[in-house]
Amino acid sequence: MTKLFALIALLLAAPVAAQNALPAAPYAHQQLDDPVQEEKARSLMEELRCLKCQSQSIADSDAPMAGDMRSQVRERIAAGATPEEVRSWLIERYGDWVTYNPPVNAVTGPLWIAPIVLLILAIWLARGRFRRRKNNQKDAS
Amino acid sequence: MIAEAGLIALWLAASMAFLQFALSAIGLVKGQDELFKAIRPVAIAQGVLVAISFLLLVWLFVRSDMSVKLVVANSVAIKPLIYKISGAWGNHEGSMLLWIAIMGVAGACIGIFERNLKQKTLVTTLGAQAFISIGFYAYLLIASNPFERIFPVPADGQGLNPLLQDIGLALHPPTLYIGYVGLSIAFSFAVGAMITRDVGPEFAKAMRPWVLGAWVFLTLGITAGSYWAYYELGWGGWWFWDPVENASLMPWLAATALLHSVTVLATRDGLRAWTLMLAVVAFSMSMIGTFLVRSGVLTSVHAFAVDPERGSFILALLAIYIGGAMALFALRVGSVKEGSQFEPVSREGALVANNLLLSAILGIVFIGTLYPLFVEGMSDEMISVGPPYFNLATGPIALILVAIMAAGPLLRWRRDSAKALLNRISIPVFLTAAALFALVLFTTSMSVLPLVGMALAAGIAVASFAPLWKRNLRRTPMHTYGMIIAHFGIAVALVGMASETSFTEERLVAATPGDEILVNKWKIKFEAIEPVAGPNWTALEARVTAQYADETIHEIAPQNRMFASAQMQTSEAALLTRWNGQLYVVLGDSDEQGRWQLRIWWKPFVTLIWYGGVLIALGGLLAMIGRLRRASHQKKQRAYAEAMI
Amino acid sequence: MNRWLLWVPLVLFGIFFAVVAAGLIRPKDNIIESKMIGKPIPEFVLPAAIEQRPALSQADLATGKPQLLNIFASWCVPCIAEAPQLLELERAGVQINGIASRDTPQDIANFLNRWGNPYVRIGTDMRSIVQLELGSSGVPETFVIDGNGKIVHQHVGDIRKEDVPALLEILESAG
Repeated sequence: MTKLFALIALLLAAPVAAQNALPAAPYAHQQLDDPVQEEKARSLMEELRCLKCQSQSIADSDAPMAGDMRSQVRERIAAGATPEEVRSWLIERYGDWVTYNPPVNAVTGPLWIAPIVLLILAIWLARGRFRRRKNNQKDAS
Repeated sequence: MIAEAGLIALWLAASMAFLQFALSAIGLVKGQDELFKAIRPVAIAQGVLVAISFLLLVWLFVRSDMSVKLVVANSVAIKPLIYKISGAWGNHEGSMLLWIAIMGVAGACIGIFERNLKQKTLVTTLGAQAFISIGFYAYLLIASNPFERIFPVPADGQGLNPLLQDIGLALHPPTLYIGYVGLSIAFSFAVGAMITRDVGPEFAKAMRPWVLGAWVFLTLGITAGSYWAYYELGWGGWWFWDPVENASLMPWLAATALLHSVTVLATRDGLRAWTLMLAVVAFSMSMIGTFLVRSGVLTSVHAFAVDPERGSFILALLAIYIGGAMALFALRVGSVKEGSQFEPVSREGALVANNLLLSAILGIVFIGTLYPLFVEGMSDEMISVGPPYFNLATGPIALILVAIMAAGPLLRWRRDSAKALLNRISIPVFLTAAALFALVLFTTSMSVLPLVGMALAAGIAVASFAPLWKRNLRRTPMHTYGMIIAHFGIAVALVGMASETSFTEERLVAATPGDEILVNKWKIKFEAIEPVAGPNWTALEARVTAQYADETIHEIAPQNRMFASAQMQTSEAALLTRWNGQLYVVLGDSDEQGRWQLRIWWKPFVTLIWYGGVLIALGGLLAMIGRLRRASHQKKQRAYAEAMI
Repeated sequence: MNRWLLWVPLVLFGIFFAVVAAGLIRPKDNIIESKMIGKPIPEFVLPAAIEQRPALSQADLATGKPQLLNIFASWCVPCIAEAPQLLELERAGVQINGIASRDTPQDIANFLNRWGNPYVRIGTDMRSIVQLELGSSGVPETFVIDGNGKIVHQHVGDIRKEDVPALLEILESAG
């Protein structure tokens, strides 16, 4: 329902047929033989953002460049790189924008602290209410 | 003349809304009760007029009246009737008219059916409803008139985007909109209650059916939207944590919290301020969601023709309504009495926990969705926030929440003991522990969240039926069954999500006709590839046979469709559903050796996600009907008792 | 309940309003800037895209003189739009190196015959490898590289008439 618009845009933005005239990169649509490596590559690809389509992971994108990126990811992991190495290789080139898993740093600090703060706030609200209620009861008695 | 009639009806409806607001405002300030009597008819007239206006727009689309700009831009003469009709709201102006039409009809329904509220609260509610409507009428009439004519009249229209020509996508927006706008009524109720300071069980009981109704539609809308994204987009995913999806999830989270807190208010007269706040937040989230989607502020320029003028207009409306309601809250709620007191270990205690955890999840989704925009505004950096963040941040809280959900209904109101609860919940706890043990023992690749989720689901599935224990099944009220089914639905959906996440098997192959592919117990044979033609597309269709174990062979046909008019290509996935999961096959491109890309998934129990969603909505529906029936029953009894005296 | 607590929702909405209003006003370009600006050009070797021009490697870009590195493709419409500007830069004495993205030799040759060939060298990047190395996210894109082979500037999208003087200036100051 939603990514649809991204997809539409992607299809309108790029003359797909022309780019597809070229064979896809070797590992764009091909899995690695080693299932453990493929699993690593797959979960990494789901966290990397397609450069051309703005709001999709490269695992979900039909854009040719996403295929090239998938191939790079698989090839590098097959060559022994860890997923984190591949991720930081891309972050070095495109910045944090490229990963859906925002690295913890000064910019994203508040984002990562937010859930903890919200939980503490929730517990504080709940405790405050219950405690006050007990006091009220004492007052009443 | 139909277009002009539609426009006139819209203007008349807008003036009715204005009258409705003026009557209630003057009546309240001057304390003139006779003005109040006129409000119900005016609200009904507004609803009828705006409905007529919307139906006339649909009629223009059905007739393919190419002298209307909106029809030209979004329709063609040769198109199935259903997509002509859905074309009416498959665009910006039409969808806003649909929004305001639903809102007007809902206001009329209050005017007709609502008999339990005090007159002053009712009048204030209808006044608030009219006040919201006026903004949207102004928006339609000033910034996006759907009935605008075009001259010279073109021979034919430009057509509806082929991707939107899908029965699911035709029905999806109205479903969500009914949910969103239903929440506007809760919002108006809250505003009315804040102005009159009349917050109590009666108010909660009057608001509850509306909240339940809106929630049912939201649940259905999200469930259906998730399924359509799953099968239409061909990526095998059912939730992407995309801003647009989050925009529909946030009102649902707020509404879920609201319908639980409203129960506390109705039963125990507690959580008054909190319930008011949630009612305001729930509709605010609906408006914010609509704004985020419509303004394109969160999506790329490549995806939307961003219209800053329209975006600014809606944003100004948001500032007036949400800002106004929240200022009213701050000014008024201090003088609303808190309500009765309660104990931590009690039904109310569990419901408070439910509310706070749901609000925490809502906060996280809200912050995560808007944070990239915030960073862009504050610095030169650009970041992305996606599934890894949302899953990690909300997953654990959601699991705690569903654990409390299992225990909550087994607690007594007012006061209960933890020991007694443990006694009552021992079987589900044991089941969860056993499931956890079995999963750890027999599966290898489950990560923590799905593992705990699935184990919890086993316990919840049983615990959700525990409220029926030792009860007379025929005398158990319908709304209790509603709760049981909705909670059971959560367990069902949880199993589906955990199973899909953990046990999906994916196979990408480059196949030539005749090749056989093995996935799990499936034997899949790529038989042939052939061209097929549809009304406005041509496609390459793969003929594939699939056999599970030694059962019957099924034929499926994934397609690669080319739409001539729009110069675009879509992938039509082929699905094969069994009781224990779905086989999902997507046809890709061919390579230079003439092999075809096939992407095949076996997703065990994936369908449970949506069955769960439907069960949740069904539970809400039963609860709503049960509450309405009980209310009318009690009223009859009261009337009978009065007659006897 | 504390009085000030009641104002929290309004304050939060105010923050939301500010963020969104700023986002609405700010022109949206959605350009993903390369983080390689200011860094030496990464190592690469690309085969020649067409017979008439030599191949391209990072060694060719560190010759003591500032150069342009232009990523283009025959299937890319804005590349046609920027072709006259590239020719103009060539006439101004700028050394322009091309990287053909996801393209076939035949299509590249046709494209250059039709719209002009401003390039001294053209490498062919069939699988976007060098593009990814450079932190480039689409075509056309143009990098300014100084004499030591350091990336000093990235121009995303087609080069318009009004961009030419700025590019010349950057080349000048990089020398």
